[in-house]
Amino acid sequence: MLAVAVEKNLGTFSVNARFDSEGGATGLFGPSGAGKTSIINMIAGLMMPDRGRIALDDFVLFDSATGTDMKVAQRRIGYVFQDGRLFPHVSIRRNLDYGRWMGGHPADPAAFAHAVDLLDIGHLLDRRPGKLSGGERQRVAVGRALLMRPRLLLLDEPLASLDAGRKDDILPYLERLRDEAKVPMIYVSHDANEVKRIASRVVRVEGGKVVAVGGTDLLNS
Amino acid sequence: MFDLTPQDWVAVQLSLRVALVATAVALPFGVAVAYVLARKNFWGKSLLDAMVHLPLVLPPVVTGYLLLITLGRRAPVGAWLADHLGIVFSFRWTGAALACGVMAFPLVVRPIRLSIEAIDRRLEDASKTLGANGFWAFATITLPLALPGIIAGSMLGFAKALGEFGATITFVSNIPGETQTISAAIYTLTQVPDGDRAAMQLVLVSMVISVAALVASEWLARRAQARLHGA
Repeated sequence: MLAVAVEKNLGTFSVNARFDSEGGATGLFGPSGAGKTSIINMIAGLMMPDRGRIALDDFVLFDSATGTDMKVAQRRIGYVFQDGRLFPHVSIRRNLDYGRWMGGHPADPAAFAHAVDLLDIGHLLDRRPGKLSGGERQRVAVGRALLMRPRLLLLDEPLASLDAGRKDDILPYLERLRDEAKVPMIYVSHDANEVKRIASRVVRVEGGKVVAVGGTDLLNS
Repeated sequence: MFDLTPQDWVAVQLSLRVALVATAVALPFGVAVAYVLARKNFWGKSLLDAMVHLPLVLPPVVTGYLLLITLGRRAPVGAWLADHLGIVFSFRWTGAALACGVMAFPLVVRPIRLSIEAIDRRLEDASKTLGANGFWAFATITLPLALPGIIAGSMLGFAKALGEFGATITFVSNIPGETQTISAAIYTLTQVPDGDRAAMQLVLVSMVISVAALVASEWLARRAQARLHGA
C-alpha cells in the first residue's frame, strides 16, 4: 500500500497531496499543470517534499518528522517517463537489463523473455534507441521499469508524446501489464478515456491539490 | 635526404613520451574538475575555474617559473617530495611531462566540461530510479555520453603538450636525452650555424605527428558519435 501526504512549495505554485493507494492500478487524473508529475517525482525521490510522509508497504520513503529520505536508487520504484528517457548509447537489450544489473540481481532469462513477449519488443533488442518509433520507445521504457522488479510502477503520461492512433496501439499492452505483472501502478494522465481503461481507482488532482479520491465515476464530472 | 641524428630521434621519442604521459595524467583530473565545474555549485567555484584557466592566460615562462620555485629540487614542495617520496621533477623528463600537463590542463577540461553540460540530466535521474547510485550513474551514463568531449580534450591536451616550449624549458631546461623535446631541439638547431636543414627535418616530423593525432582523434570522435546516436 502506498500512503502519500506531502506538501511542496514550487514558487508560484504549491502542491498539497494526500491520498492512499491499495494496489492495483490507480489513476492520477487532472489537467496539465495540476502538479501530477511533481507528486510522483516526490514518490520516486526525484523531488524532495517540504513536509510530509510517504510510505510504501513497510518502507518509509520519506518522513520530514524523522528526517527520513530514502535515496532514489534504494526505493525500487519503476518510473516510465513521458519522454521514455532510454539510454541512447546502449542497445535496447542493455536498456532493459539496466535495472537488474544495477540492483545486483542474477540474470533471469525467463522474466526477461516474459517482459519482452508481453510488450512485443523482441525484434528491437539489438537496436539502439535512436531510431525507434514513439510507441516502440515507450514499450521499451515500460519493459525497462518492469524488469527492475519494482515495488511500484509510476507511469507519467506514457502516451502523451504519441499521436492518437498510436495511443490505441499501446493501451492494450498497458492493460496486459496491469493484469499480468501484478505490480501496483500509479498511472498519471489528463485523458479521462486512458485513465478509464487502465485504472480502477482515481485520484483527482487540481491546482496542486487532491480534490477527490474514488472510483472511475470521478472521471466524468 | 632524411637523416635525423640519433639525438634528434631521442628528442622525437621523448616528445611523444612526455606528451602521452602528460595527457594520460591530466585526463582523470580533467574529467573530475570538468564534472565539478559543470555540475556542482559551491563557494569558490569561480576561483577554481580561474585557477584551471590560469596556464592558458599566463605567459608560459611564468608558469614554468612558478613550477620551478615550488617544485624545483631546492624549493619547499620539491625538496619534500624528493626527500620523502623520492619524486624529482627538476631537470628530469617527468618534470617536462608535469609542465606540459599543467599547460595542457585547461584545454583538456574545457571540451569535457561542455560535453557534460550538454548531457540531459534527466537520463541520470532515470538511471537512479533504476537503482544506480551516484557513482554508477556517472560511470554508466555521464561518462560514456561525455566521450566525444573526452576525446576532444585528449587531442587538444596532447597537441598542446607536444608543442609546449616556454614552461618546459624554464622548469626543466633543455638537456638532450632528458628534457630536450622536439620544440627545444628545433630551437637549439636554429641557434647554431648550419642547423637549418636538421631543424627543417624535425619540423616535418612534428607536423606528421600532429596531423596523425588530429586524424586519429577525428576518427575516434566520429566513431563515438555514431555509437551515441546510432540506430
